[in-house]
Amino acid sequence: MSMMIDIVSWILLLSGGAFVFIGGIGALRMPNFYTRVHAASLTDSMGTILILAGIMLQAGWSLALIKLLAILVFLLLTCPTASYALANAALLSGLKPDAKTLSPDDKGRPTP
Amino acid sequence: MELLGLYNYWVFAILLMVGFYAVIAKSNLIKKLLGLSIFQSAVFLLYITMDKVEGGTAPIIQKGATDQIFSNPLPQVLILTAIVVGISTTALGMAIIVRINEAYGTIEEKELQDQNRDP
Amino acid sequence: MIVLFAIFLLTLLVISAIAIVRVKNLFVAVMLMGIFSLLMASTFFILDAADVALTEAAIGAGVSTIILLSALALTGEHERFATANRWLPLLVVTITTTTIIYATFDKPRLGDPEAPVHQHVAPWYLQNTPELIDIPNVVTAVLASFRGYDTLGEVFVVLTACIGVLFVLGARPEDAPKPAKQQGLRHHLIPKVVGRLLVPFIVLFGLYVQFHGDFGPGGGFQAGAIIATGIMLYAVLEGETAALKAVPSSLLMAMVAGGAILYGGVGVAAILLGGNFLDYSVLSSNPVDGQHLGILLVELGVGITVCGALLSIFHAFAAREHK
Repeated sequence: MSMMIDIVSWILLLSGGAFVFIGGIGALRMPNFYTRVHAASLTDSMGTILILAGIMLQAGWSLALIKLLAILVFLLLTCPTASYALANAALLSGLKPDAKTLSPDDKGRPTP
Repeated sequence: MELLGLYNYWVFAILLMVGFYAVIAKSNLIKKLLGLSIFQSAVFLLYITMDKVEGGTAPIIQKGATDQIFSNPLPQVLILTAIVVGISTTALGMAIIVRINEAYGTIEEKELQDQNRDP
Repeated sequence: MIVLFAIFLLTLLVISAIAIVRVKNLFVAVMLMGIFSLLMASTFFILDAADVALTEAAIGAGVSTIILLSALALTGEHERFATANRWLPLLVVTITTTTIIYATFDKPRLGDPEAPVHQHVAPWYLQNTPELIDIPNVVTAVLASFRGYDTLGEVFVVLTACIGVLFVLGARPEDAPKPAKQQGLRHHLIPKVVGRLLVPFIVLFGLYVQFHGDFGPGGGFQAGAIIATGIMLYAVLEGETAALKAVPSSLLMAMVAGGAILYGGVGVAAILLGGNFLDYSVLSSNPVDGQHLGILLVELGVGITVCGALLSIFHAFAAREHK
């Protein structure tokens, strides 16, 4: 039984790590600001859920489980809000989600 | 592996000097203050590095358990208070910079010196 | 494994420090400073300093970012001059770095139990805390009781810095217009709703850290910073006026002074009861109970002063914004 729990928790941890990694690559490589925010929010939501679920399985029935649950609830509330606030601030300061900036420039570099 | 035990000290030295470089080379007063903060953090890192004991845990004594190894609590106490004092003094520095900006219209050291030269 | 992780974090620390110095936009530099502090807090945690990590996370990544940003709003965010003469400073810095690194080869390796630091004073604290003070967290015991003088001094430094900021920023010209009423984030519904939901939990967590400091990581310094962060969040969401209505500046002044007076008062009470200054053993019939009471009161004083001072500093910067 404990073997099963270990395997499941490691699968969750590794897939969470994969999401964070993909999000990191996206934040660096995506062509414009809004797509980058989108990629970064991937680490916030999916990555943290999976990693925290993995740690919860490792923690078992203890006080740590309750604390991790509380952290998860707060992260689920705050992370999308932070992404929203970031994108909204960019929109208000005049950065248009323009189709032109969606494509890379001539040299193949992403436009800022 | 023996040399890896010194990596913390090397990072301390580099951070210390990165902060010092900002203080002496940058013209912007806020940049100087940020450099000073980095300098300060480097000193914190030095102290906390020295408190670690191999195989130890944070110095919180569990009732009933014996033969626990604890890290040194003393540097932790010193640095804990120093962090709070650090932000207070940084805020004081920031306040002075804000007043300089209001009085002279600039926070660049070079422009301030020029104003001083020909009033 | 943990060594690899530590090396990774330390390398990131160096990279972010260099980025802070190189980047032209001060706004970006302040944000990087927040990342730097968070990395520093993780490093402290790996090095077994849970209390320090909590303080660095609350102060460095929370309060200091807000205060630096509110100061930036008053000064402008662009560094105008490139470094004019960079070779001389670079030379000095390189030589000094090399010298310090050369000197580190004589230092004891990380975690060496035979290092000179671990031979004197610290073992005495670890050995006598269960007997004399009987609280699990040795850091709190040393902070509030064994080295109470030190902490009293630090509290007065915070008090003095707060008074200094208020003096420097409080003076305003006679003809200056009254600050415009701020509305907070009126048009940002989602952050406002979520933020409102979070503020009570942040303050509650601050109180937990305050009163749980005897048993786990925590204490007055961390709690003061966390509660101050919660109220700053409220000020950002609802506007300055609403925050000052909830926690008026006269109350803040009373907190800054009252916390320090509470700390000093415990010391004086100990003298009046026949002990030494800040010797809590005489506060109760049982010396250990007296220590518990003394530590509780002293930590409360620290928390109140730190919270009041950080909030006063924040309001002093924020009040200048609309001239």
